[in-house]
Amino acid sequence: MGPVLAGVLQLLALIAALALAYIPLGNYMARVYSSDEHWRVEKWVYKGIGANPDTEMTWSAYLRGVLAFSAVGVLFLYLLMRLQGVLPGSLGFSSVNPAQSFNTAVSFVTNTNWQSYYGEQTMGHVVQTAGLAVQNFVSAAVGMAVAVALVRGFARSRTGELGNFWSDLVRGTLRILVPAAAIAAIVLVACGVIQNFSGIHEVGQFMGGSQQWNGGAVASQEAIKEIGTNGGGYFNANSAHPFENPTPFTNLFEIFLILVIPFALTRTFGVMVGSVKQGYAILATMFTIWLGFVALMMWTEFAHHGPALQAAGGAYEGKEVRFGVGVSSIFAVSTTLTSTGAVDSFHSSFTGLGGGIAMLGMMLGEIAPGGVGSGLYGMLVMAVIAVFIAGLMVGRTPEYLGKKIGTRDIKLAACYILITPALVLVFTGVSMALPTPPHSMLNAGAHGFSEVLYAFTSASNNNGSAFAGLNANTDWFNTMTGLAMLLGRFLPMVFVLALAGSLAEQKPVPVTAGTLRTEKPLFTGLLVGAIVIITGLTYFPALALGPLAEGLAS
Amino acid sequence: MTTRTEKQEDSMSTATTPTRAPHRDVPTGHKEGRVGAGLFDPRQLVKSLPDAFRKLDPRVMIKSPVMFVVLVGSVLTTVFSFKDPGDWFGWTISAWLWLTVIFANLAEAVAEGRGKAQADTLRKAKTDTVARRLVGDAEERVPGTELRVGDLVVCEAGDVIPGDGDVVEGVASVDESAITGESAPVIRESGGDRSAVTGGTKVLSDRIVIKITTKPGETFIDRMINLVEGAARQKTPNEIALNILLASLTIVFLLAVATLPPFADYAGTHLTMVVLIALLVCLIPTTIGALLSAIGIAGMDRLVQRNVLAMSGRAVEAAGDVSTLLLDKTGTITLGNRQAAEFVPVGGTTEADVADAAQLSSLADETPEGRSIVVLAKEKYGLRERHQGELVGAEWIEFTAQTRMSGVDVDGRRIRKGATASVIAWVGEQGGTVAADADRIAQRVSEAGGTPLLVAVDDEWGARVLGVIHLKDVVKDGMRERFGELRRMGIKTVMITGDNPLTAKAIAEEAGVDDFLAEATPEDKMALIKREQAGGKLVAMTGDGTNDAPALAQADVGVAMNTGTSAAKEAGNMVDLDSNPTKLIEIVEIGKQLLITRGALTTFSIANDVAKYFAIIPALFAVVYPGLNKLNIMGLSSPDSAILSAVIFNALIIIALVPLSLQGVRYRPVSADRLLRRNLTIYGLGGLIAPFIGIKLIDLLISLIPGL
Repeated sequence: MGPVLAGVLQLLALIAALALAYIPLGNYMARVYSSDEHWRVEKWVYKGIGANPDTEMTWSAYLRGVLAFSAVGVLFLYLLMRLQGVLPGSLGFSSVNPAQSFNTAVSFVTNTNWQSYYGEQTMGHVVQTAGLAVQNFVSAAVGMAVAVALVRGFARSRTGELGNFWSDLVRGTLRILVPAAAIAAIVLVACGVIQNFSGIHEVGQFMGGSQQWNGGAVASQEAIKEIGTNGGGYFNANSAHPFENPTPFTNLFEIFLILVIPFALTRTFGVMVGSVKQGYAILATMFTIWLGFVALMMWTEFAHHGPALQAAGGAYEGKEVRFGVGVSSIFAVSTTLTSTGAVDSFHSSFTGLGGGIAMLGMMLGEIAPGGVGSGLYGMLVMAVIAVFIAGLMVGRTPEYLGKKIGTRDIKLAACYILITPALVLVFTGVSMALPTPPHSMLNAGAHGFSEVLYAFTSASNNNGSAFAGLNANTDWFNTMTGLAMLLGRFLPMVFVLALAGSLAEQKPVPVTAGTLRTEKPLFTGLLVGAIVIITGLTYFPALALGPLAEGLAS
Repeated sequence: MTTRTEKQEDSMSTATTPTRAPHRDVPTGHKEGRVGAGLFDPRQLVKSLPDAFRKLDPRVMIKSPVMFVVLVGSVLTTVFSFKDPGDWFGWTISAWLWLTVIFANLAEAVAEGRGKAQADTLRKAKTDTVARRLVGDAEERVPGTELRVGDLVVCEAGDVIPGDGDVVEGVASVDESAITGESAPVIRESGGDRSAVTGGTKVLSDRIVIKITTKPGETFIDRMINLVEGAARQKTPNEIALNILLASLTIVFLLAVATLPPFADYAGTHLTMVVLIALLVCLIPTTIGALLSAIGIAGMDRLVQRNVLAMSGRAVEAAGDVSTLLLDKTGTITLGNRQAAEFVPVGGTTEADVADAAQLSSLADETPEGRSIVVLAKEKYGLRERHQGELVGAEWIEFTAQTRMSGVDVDGRRIRKGATASVIAWVGEQGGTVAADADRIAQRVSEAGGTPLLVAVDDEWGARVLGVIHLKDVVKDGMRERFGELRRMGIKTVMITGDNPLTAKAIAEEAGVDDFLAEATPEDKMALIKREQAGGKLVAMTGDGTNDAPALAQADVGVAMNTGTSAAKEAGNMVDLDSNPTKLIEIVEIGKQLLITRGALTTFSIANDVAKYFAIIPALFAVVYPGLNKLNIMGLSSPDSAILSAVIFNALIIIALVPLSLQGVRYRPVSADRLLRRNLTIYGLGGLIAPFIGIKLIDLLISLIPGL
């Protein structure tokens, strides 16, 4: 069996698995967020944090909840790392320096999981499990909560109420992420991922010499790393490390975990707005883009033209021979089109165009299918924009899901789409203009520029994957990527929740023959086109000087 | 139409028909569902040029953020060119950037210019009038501009009415052609729904006393002038929203271009300001930014051309969103009056006998119903219309509201025709009997939604009923098709009538409306509007009476008839100068066309950018990364020529699209899906492809210039 056929077969298996999980998981999540009942353990949590889960919140109250919770999360994580040296169970690692602590704390709270450190050489068991792993759960649950609030904005009318943040947060964690991660962790352990608290082992190397390995609660972290589209690896090599991702099956399974919730959330959305067809339309949009990117990536990687070929003698450079080119392409696309950022191969070693595809995936705003929650709300905001432009062409003021897109709504949506391009371009521009930051580049020329562009694209979009090569552990990059992550996560949330509030206040517009049908393939095509063109136009010059210059050179 | 008028007709007591300007039943310029638009004359471009230059004022330009950026760009490139006077490229780019701004202003100026002609005509009507103000019993002559609200003024034949007001005394015929363009005079009288007069119109006969209701400078004619000139134009909600989106896209592109120099410097090439500004102008949505305001003005203008004045642009936009149309039956769905449709014999007589008697007895009936009987007798039974003079010794009995009968006494025969009850009473008085089937047939006619009239004769065989005349509402030609179109557009039609439910149902079915409101009172209308609005629907209606005013104000689109009261005109957000209720349908189409044009040009504008990148990016960076030349798929001759071609295309496309923005994108009443597919193909796909061709052609021309 040739490598191309192997890749395609694995792709089909992946799609089949995702299709099987779609309806049950989507419906289950809709029930979780719509149910009136509280579990006993949830009541304890509410009592512990002093929250009343039954009060309805306006968008600003909801936002205050999100921001307060996240601020506490950043502070706690920062202190944990700063104090690591005096904590037990730290494998003897010292405290982390301020810039890196800030960067890492922000990174995990924003669901980015950008890592400017080597996990196995910096973070002990306590920080990994009590700090990073916890944020892997709750940062994902925050994203889902915001998405659900937006969905409620569409579903409700004549009210400003968007549900209760604490209830959404706790339920998302306890009813969705924890059970899913538990099942996934067991599967991973069964397939050979390690799960222990062992210390550092000195291991003799095959070629002579020795190496230090440490164990850890890897499987449990690995599961939520993928399911929560986090991406922060226990080890620096991330999912290319055999302890995290030992076999081709675990590899495919991890891709499945990355994609399963973001795709299924479109079902949740459809159920909650009372039209599963609308959910299918959003799903179709996400799937079309994802599949298109996978096809493009496989094509360019199998063709392996570009400098990687000349430098290392083939498209295998930077890719695990265990997994192969095809499925590494699927992994790369899936991780950059979601906010995951886990890698099973190194994107800087992809062909020039392949690296560009990974970057473009993030630049789309990670909405196909995107991070847990953030993908759905990002896509819905794009749908609002697309409806506004094209909806006019049916001769009515634009409406989506029975809500008129008025001045206030478009103002909020327009602000939303401004943020990440502004962050990516300004941070990259400033970094390139200053004398010192470019010293972090490993390579010269277009590839070096790609390293910086990739770093800020990844941080601003809360992806977390890195275009290896760049030394991001400098005060400049730690601080700037930290800011990019922080602003890239929470500013959009401000606008999404404000939009949700604005939509929830409206009265619904009835559907007539004159209404733009947003559940039809025509609209899906329109949405895909709008996303690709608007993003493409924004980043074309930057991409031309990085991956395109490199990829088209030969 | 008021319900009052309906009820008058119902009881067959139409002693006087309402005085109103004649309806144009076939809407002008409406063919195959297309909203016709004024033709675009290229000479207007030249005429508007001075205005376009005047609009370069930054305080004016700032209103359109996109074009403001271009203006700033033009100034900057010009400054840079002065610094480096030998750089022909910089000068050429500056020149085309200035042209881009001027073309945008030109579009707006042309759109405004079309209203100016009409404004001038209106100004003529407003020429300084002298008012004859009543002070006690005395009269004093004051300039019209000094009138205050509440003043009483006298107007006699030949006087121009000095201001808006209500007739409080007398009745007069008034020439309103200055406003409506309709030369037939209209009657204005004190009390009732025909009391409103408009300043600038002329009294043709009699004497009236008018109570002034509007301050000078705020009169109807002043507002009209402001509206058609575009001075009073405020941005509509959707236009504001679109402007915000365009501004945010502009910021995105500003960032993309502003961050480019450090990237380029790193790559080893230096970008000049001129090139950066050229790139920026090409990317920001200049096409729609330039034409947006022209589209809005032209939309209002299309209404003005149809003699509809929209008091707010918001109403025009709302018209596109309307999902329920309330249409008055009379005048909109049916012809103004009922017409005879059939002669039904009773008790052994023949149809021809009935027709003959009906015709004779109706010769003295000048009501439209009476005329229609004569016409039917002629058309269907070949009875030549006889004139009253031909019949020697005939005694004519005219129709009156009291007797509700007309007739003739000739050759010993006494023939009568009229309302059922009146004729039965008359037959009884003459000692005759009424055939049993007469009552039954009359009943049947009523149930079918018609009005029965009886024809009776008193001759040597005694007094008896000869037959029944079936009067029915005649649905206007083509209404069924129009309602079908509306249904496909997703608009529900509700017929409003004072008729009883039975009659209303019959007509509703015949006309093909979706629903009807029978025995409608103003309160019912109001309740219906509120009910529809509660479901999120936008409602449009027409009205002219004072009792329509609350409903007109409540409706999202309220079109007041110009013949109506000032209260109605004040309450509605549009005034139809032709007083043609059918026009509501056209207004909806114009509203939709306005939105479609905006959407289409926005889509076109954004889609255009793709080609511009393919022109400019290789031109800028192929020097350092030769691989990028692969993106030069148009095969443009040189980097300078590529950038210049993109800039020139960007400017020329504005001028090329001026006619479209003024005339509006073609609108057909089809479903949203088909509209979207069609417009996406033309403006989305077309917008992607057209610039590739355009830029290539311009590049070919440029490369022909020797020395480049």
